[in-house]
Amino acid sequence: MQRLRVRYAKRGRLRFTSHRDISRAVERAVRRAGIPVAYSAGFSPHPKISYAGAAPTGVASEAEYLELGVTTPCVPDEVKSGLDRSLPPGLDVLDVVEAGPGGLADRLEVSDWEVRLPGADRELAQVAAEKFLAASTVDVERLTKKGPRRFDAREAVLRLVVSEGTDRTAAQVHGRPCVILRMVVRHMTPAVRPDDVLTGLRLVADFAPPVPPEVTRLAQGPLDASTGALADPLDLDRDTTRGGEAGPAGEHVAG
Amino acid sequence: MPVESIFHRLEALLPKVQKPIQYVGGELNSTVKDWDSADVRWALMYPDAYEVGLPNQGVAILYEILNELPGTLAERTYAVWPDLEALMRAEGVPQFTVDAHRPVRAFDVLGVSFSTELGYTNMLTALDLAGIPLTAADRGDDDPIVLAGGHAAFNPEPIADFLDAAVLGDGEQIAIAISEVVREWKAEGRPGGRDELLMRLAESGGVYVPKFYDVDYHPDGRIKRVAPNRTDVPWRVHKHTVMDLDEWPYPKKPLVPLAETVHERFSVEIFRGCTRGCRFCQAGMITRPVRERSITTIGAMVENGVKESGFNEVGLLSLSSADHSEIGEVAKGLADRYEGTNTSLSLPSTRVDAFNIDLANEFSRNGRRSGLTFAPEGGSERMRKVINKMVTEEDLIRTVTTAYSQGWRQVKLYFMCGLPTEQDEDVLGIADLAKKVIKAGREITGSRDIRCTVSIGGFVPKPHTPFQWAAQADHETVDRRLKALRDSLRGDKQYGKAIGFRYHDGRPSIVEGLLSRGDRRVGAVIRAVWESGGRFDGWSEHFSYERWMAAAEQAGVDVDWYTTREREENEVLPWDHLDAGLDREWLWQDWQEALSGGEVEDCRWTPCYDCGVCPTMGTEIQIGPTGRKLLPLTVV
Repeated sequence: MQRLRVRYAKRGRLRFTSHRDISRAVERAVRRAGIPVAYSAGFSPHPKISYAGAAPTGVASEAEYLELGVTTPCVPDEVKSGLDRSLPPGLDVLDVVEAGPGGLADRLEVSDWEVRLPGADRELAQVAAEKFLAASTVDVERLTKKGPRRFDAREAVLRLVVSEGTDRTAAQVHGRPCVILRMVVRHMTPAVRPDDVLTGLRLVADFAPPVPPEVTRLAQGPLDASTGALADPLDLDRDTTRGGEAGPAGEHVAG
Repeated sequence: MPVESIFHRLEALLPKVQKPIQYVGGELNSTVKDWDSADVRWALMYPDAYEVGLPNQGVAILYEILNELPGTLAERTYAVWPDLEALMRAEGVPQFTVDAHRPVRAFDVLGVSFSTELGYTNMLTALDLAGIPLTAADRGDDDPIVLAGGHAAFNPEPIADFLDAAVLGDGEQIAIAISEVVREWKAEGRPGGRDELLMRLAESGGVYVPKFYDVDYHPDGRIKRVAPNRTDVPWRVHKHTVMDLDEWPYPKKPLVPLAETVHERFSVEIFRGCTRGCRFCQAGMITRPVRERSITTIGAMVENGVKESGFNEVGLLSLSSADHSEIGEVAKGLADRYEGTNTSLSLPSTRVDAFNIDLANEFSRNGRRSGLTFAPEGGSERMRKVINKMVTEEDLIRTVTTAYSQGWRQVKLYFMCGLPTEQDEDVLGIADLAKKVIKAGREITGSRDIRCTVSIGGFVPKPHTPFQWAAQADHETVDRRLKALRDSLRGDKQYGKAIGFRYHDGRPSIVEGLLSRGDRRVGAVIRAVWESGGRFDGWSEHFSYERWMAAAEQAGVDVDWYTTREREENEVLPWDHLDAGLDREWLWQDWQEALSGGEVEDCRWTPCYDCGVCPTMGTEIQIGPTGRKLLPLTVV
C-alpha cells in the first residue's frame, strides 16, 4: 500500500470547521476525486486517512497534515490537483508527497503561530510579551472536557515577537490596524495553544485583547536545533523518494 | 443597489458559539449569485437548526431550481441557536443567509418550508432578527413577501397573521410562477405596492393570501364562514402537483455540508404520493396521486448524485418505498452497481411483508444485517382496521421471524398511541405482539441473541385526513397507557430483556394538535409563547409544555376545545377553503368506515376508491412498470 502525505490549509471562514468536519469533507473529496483510497477491513470499513496535530476549531492554518493510504500507486501531483478540486474552497491542498520512512507526527515538533489582535494596544502587548518571556513559568488554566486543567504555558514558547499589521478578515480590502503576535511553540503534553499564551499574557501583565483573536498556524515541523528555524516536515520524504529509495509498502507505521 | 455581506460582523461572534461552522456556508455545490444579476431574490428558510434543515429535500430542490432560473437568485437561511441569537441581538446583527450572508430583509420573498408545526416559533425569531414586522399587516413595501410551504402549510391558519401568503403542494412549478409574477410587478415599477403584488398572486388561485379572506365565528366559537373579502380572489385555493417527476430530476447538485447533519446521504425521491390509505397519515392524503420516478431516471440521479457529492450512502425516499412498481429491479441494479465500492444503500420503508426483507437483504449484501424497521402502527388487529393499516398478526410475526432467520438481529416496530377509539387493551396488545415476536424469533433462530425495539409516537389528528374530525386523546390517557405498556414489557421475565421500549410523554402531542388543527385565534398563543422565550419546539430540551399552556390561557384559547373535542360533520374546519383535492364527503365516509372497522384498498393496484384527488386536480396515477433496466454501470 502506497502512502501519501498531504499538507493542506484551512482558510477564511472554513477555519470554523472542527476536526470531525474536516475528516468528513476529506473522505467525500477523496471519493469525488476518484482517489483509490484503501479501506480498513471489518463490518464498517473506514478509509485509511490519518491526521497529525489538527488545529483547533476557529483557528486557521497553512500547515495541516494528513496521511492517506491508496490501493494502487498514485502520482502525488495528480492527487494534489484532484483532491484540491474536490474540496470546498478554503480547504486547499498545498503539497502531496509519497511517504518515506519514519512517522510524520514525530516530525511535527513545533508550530509557528500568528495571532492577530484587532484593536489591541501595541505597547501593552510588547510589555506583556517581555514579562512573559522573562518569567520562568507561567501557570495557566484551561477548561478541558475533563474539567479545568492547570499547566505551565511558558516552557513551550520558544519565540514570541510583537509587530503590527492589519486585520485581514474584517474585509480583505481595508483591514483595521491590529497587533500581531508571532509565536513558535513546542508541541508538548498537555499542548500549549496560542490562547493559553494569551491567557499567560493576561496573567503576567493584565493584557487582554478587546475582541477574539484571529489565529493562524503558519507552519509546523521539525526544529533545526542549530538555527532555531522550522523545517518543512515533508522534505525528508522528498529526499528519500526522489532518490528512489522509498521503503517497501506497508513497512511503516503511521505516527 | 448592492447589498453588503454581514459576514465580518458575524465572524466576530462565531468564536463564542457552539458549532460555528453551521453559520458560514461555503457548502460544496452551493451557489452565490451576483446580487445585481437578479431582479427576483428568494431567501429560503428551513425553520430549524442547520443540522436538520440542510438535508431537507424541499428547500434543496427549490434552491437549485430558482438559482437555475435566469434573473433569479435564491439563498438559504436557518434558525440560529439561542447562543448566537443572543449575540446577534446584542450586536445588532440581522438574520442572514448562509450563502452570501446577506440580510434576509433585503430579499423579495422569504419562503419558509414547514415540515412540522413546531417550527412556527423559529419563524418568528427569524422575522424579528431580520427586522421584518411579525404581523403581515404591519409590513411595508420594503419587506419581503413571507411565504409558507411544506406539509404544515395545508393548514396555515394558526400562522395566518404572520404570513403574507402560503402555497400548497409541490413547489417546483409554483415557485417559478411566483418568481415571474414578482419580476413583472417589479419591472412595472411596483404598481399598487405590496397589496397589488399579493392580489396578483391570489388571483391565480394557486397562492393563498390569508388577509384576503375573512373568518366569521359562531357565538360558541366554531367557524361560521371563511370568505374572500375582495372580488377576484377565489373561494378555494388549490394545491400544486408536479405530474412528471422525470422532468424534474432534482437535486442534481446536492449540497454537501461541512457541518454534521442529521442525514449524511444523497437522497432521491423515487415517487411522490401514497395510496395505501392509512387514515392517520396526512402525508399520504395530501400528496396524492402516486407519481413514480422511472427506474432509468432514478439510476441516473443516483449515479450523478454520488459523483457530485462524494456521499457514501444513498437513500431512496418516498412514503412507502417498497411500493415502487419496479423497486426490485432498482434495488438489484443499484446493489450490483455499487457492490464493493463502500457505497451503502438505504430504503426507509415500513411495509410489513416478506418482500420488504428481500429488498433489505439486497441492500445489505456486503454489510451487516443490523436493524430492520416495520410499522404496524396499531397494537391490535381491531386498531389496525380502524387506521386502515391492513396487517394481520400472523403476517407480522411471519415477516419478523423471516427477518430473524435471515440474519437480522434487531427489529424495530413502530406504533402509535392515542388513536381514535383506542382502548387500554389495544395498547397492551403491543406488548403481546412484541413478546410473540421474540418467542417466534428464538424458536426459528435457536438463539437468544435477537432483539425487538418498540417505538411509540403519539397520534395527532391532522387536517385533510379522515381523522380530521376525531378527538385527540388527552395526554393523561396516553401517558397512562404508555406506562401500563412499559410495565407489561419490563415486568416480563422471559422476554422483557429482549424488548426495548422508546416513547415520549403525551404532552408535546397536545401542542402539536393545537397547532395542526388550530385556526387564526391560535396565532396569539404562538406569539405569546415566542415572546416568553419559546424556541426550537421540536427539541425536547427546549420545548416547554407549561409555556404553551400559560400562553394559551393568556390568549384566552381553550386548548381542549381544539384538541380533545370531536367535530361534527357539518362544522366548518379552518382549512376547508384550502383544497388538497380530497373530496370532503369521501373523507367523512372514510371516517365513518374507520369507526365501523371497514377497510379501503390501495388504488395503486385496485380500482379507484373515489378520494376525489384525480378528478378535481386533473391528475392521474403515474406508475410503471416501464420494463427498462437501470442505465449500464459507468466504471468510475
